[in-house]
Amino acid sequence: MSAISRPIRVLIAKPGLDGHDRGALVVARALRDAGMEVIYTGLRQSPAQIAQAAVQEDVDVVGLSSLSGAHRTLFPAVVEALRAAGAPEVLVIGGGVIPAEDIPALRSAGIAAVFTPGTPTAEIVAFLSGEVGAKR
Amino acid sequence: MPETREITTASGLAVPPCAAPRPVDPAALGRPGDYPFTRGVYPTMYRGRLWTKRQDAGFGDAEESNRRYRYLLEQGQTGLSVAFDLPTQIGYDSDHAMAQGEVGRVGVAIDSLEDMARLLDGLPLDRVSISMTINATAATLLALTVAVAEARGIATSALSGTLQNDILKEYAARGTYIYPPGPSMRLCTDVIAWCSEHAPRWNPISISGYHMREAGCTAVQEVAFTLADGIAYVDAALGRGLPVDSFAPRLSFFFNAQMDVLEEVAKYRAARRMWARIMRDRFGAKDPRSMMLRFHVQTAGSALTAQQVDNNVVRVALQALAAVLGGCQSLHTNAKDEALALPTEESVRVALRTQQIIAHESGVALSADPLAGSFYVEELTDRIEAEAEALVARIDSLGGAVDAIAHGVVQREIQESAYRTQREIEAHERLVVGVNAYQAEEEPPSDILRIDPALERRQIERVRDVRARRDGPAAAAALSALEKAAADPAANLMPFVLDAVRALATVGEIADALRRVFGEYTAPSPF
Repeated sequence: MSAISRPIRVLIAKPGLDGHDRGALVVARALRDAGMEVIYTGLRQSPAQIAQAAVQEDVDVVGLSSLSGAHRTLFPAVVEALRAAGAPEVLVIGGGVIPAEDIPALRSAGIAAVFTPGTPTAEIVAFLSGEVGAKR
Repeated sequence: MPETREITTASGLAVPPCAAPRPVDPAALGRPGDYPFTRGVYPTMYRGRLWTKRQDAGFGDAEESNRRYRYLLEQGQTGLSVAFDLPTQIGYDSDHAMAQGEVGRVGVAIDSLEDMARLLDGLPLDRVSISMTINATAATLLALTVAVAEARGIATSALSGTLQNDILKEYAARGTYIYPPGPSMRLCTDVIAWCSEHAPRWNPISISGYHMREAGCTAVQEVAFTLADGIAYVDAALGRGLPVDSFAPRLSFFFNAQMDVLEEVAKYRAARRMWARIMRDRFGAKDPRSMMLRFHVQTAGSALTAQQVDNNVVRVALQALAAVLGGCQSLHTNAKDEALALPTEESVRVALRTQQIIAHESGVALSADPLAGSFYVEELTDRIEAEAEALVARIDSLGGAVDAIAHGVVQREIQESAYRTQREIEAHERLVVGVNAYQAEEEPPSDILRIDPALERRQIERVRDVRARRDGPAAAAALSALEKAAADPAANLMPFVLDAVRALATVGEIADALRRVFGEYTAPSPF
């Protein structure tokens, strides 16, 4: 029961070298306004650093943002790093400038959902509430 | 639209249903080419010379980018603009762990003088101006350009182009900083001082509001933050003992073109008038060229939608129209597919043709500042000026742009505006066609540009090969001389960076030498 009443904890992370953080910050703020606990890593995080932060902060979700085209390398690397860090249960989602044809490969690499530009933040909130609720 | 609701511009300025007639103050307008340059920096504006059509390009490796530049010149582009990949911008060689997945992605990968020579191969460096989107490693990329020109027998004094070299906005919005603000400002000023002596046709800085606007700020904030950064750079150069009129004529600016056409036109006019006053009254400039705000415009990437991408052609045309009505000196028009990936050759051609249609068919370029005297445009110009002046005064009271950014004030303002915009879109108070209105089912476009995944491997082999082949002791000596000079705040680092690139030291090695002296910057958390 207490596990259910705990707010959803989310780590928003910027893997790689991309410095465009408008989307990451807007999503972080919207999730917080929706009652979630949000931690933001800041820029230039390696997959290992992101996994480490996810474990330390005991989050339910890791949200990744990249607009540089490095998502195909870096998003799966974060899923791998979470497995290696003993936290395979953490839900990983992604967003940014991501061509539709890349999404199936990201999904099969363990990214639960990809939210591209134009997505209402309410959609992300609903997705996370549903998924994390189901897991608990 | 309900008639009773308060209607505002895209940036939140109240819009009158019909602007009231207002007297024209000749001193506040001036003629085009005269102080305060509200109506433009040249007397005949585009009759004398059209704006420079400058499409930013660069992806993959040096050869591939060089082919795109040749294509653009063949298509009638009149200036080049080079985009670099993130490892080059942040001072990591292609084989660095942090470069993984990023090599050649958002721009071209440059590790050494050999890459730069391939990039610029066959391009007429003494006739075509080159603009470079490079900041933290700007000194290195300028040195590489100078060294390539040297090897081809072209004098540094004959080079014309622009270095972005605007590090302050990297802390505020774009994120490609390396060192803390103090040493970064010193590097930036070294470049300004070196160019004023050696490269008189080169713009050593492009003071940029573009990225802060992309990150979400309003038109007023864009003007205020950009001019506040400009004030900080002028202060830094004066602090170095440079007379104001020796460098100020080469300061250039870079603004966004967003969707609210008339607000954008007013924004450019207000910015010109404010800068002229700042240079004359605050800094005592005497040369009118020091008071001229010359600027490049790029259409707003953030206004492009991933939905119904063809609509973006129309958006870009409107934004480009605003830039031309506002008197820009050069213009980059985005391609319709840039919300999805880097643009294809075909989509870039349409973007360039958009500029050519405005230039040669629309008639708007025939008469300087054609909207002057419009009640609404003059009212917006005055209001943007008044609000931006108040914001510049607030930044002054915080100790100037460097301190305001160090305390996160500018960043917070930008984030607040971005979040407000998102909420307005979700509440349908702001309609974006294809996104929250007039949606349609569609197949995602498949003809987008792909970067060959083998490129990263090739580039890694190349930089390792350069390190193995070069005169190792010579490169090491040049790097250690650079490191020593960095520790002496009185030294100008440009000559040392030049020696290092000539000795085939890499972009990453040069950045590392400076990291050892300057340290690295970590941004404070915005939460």
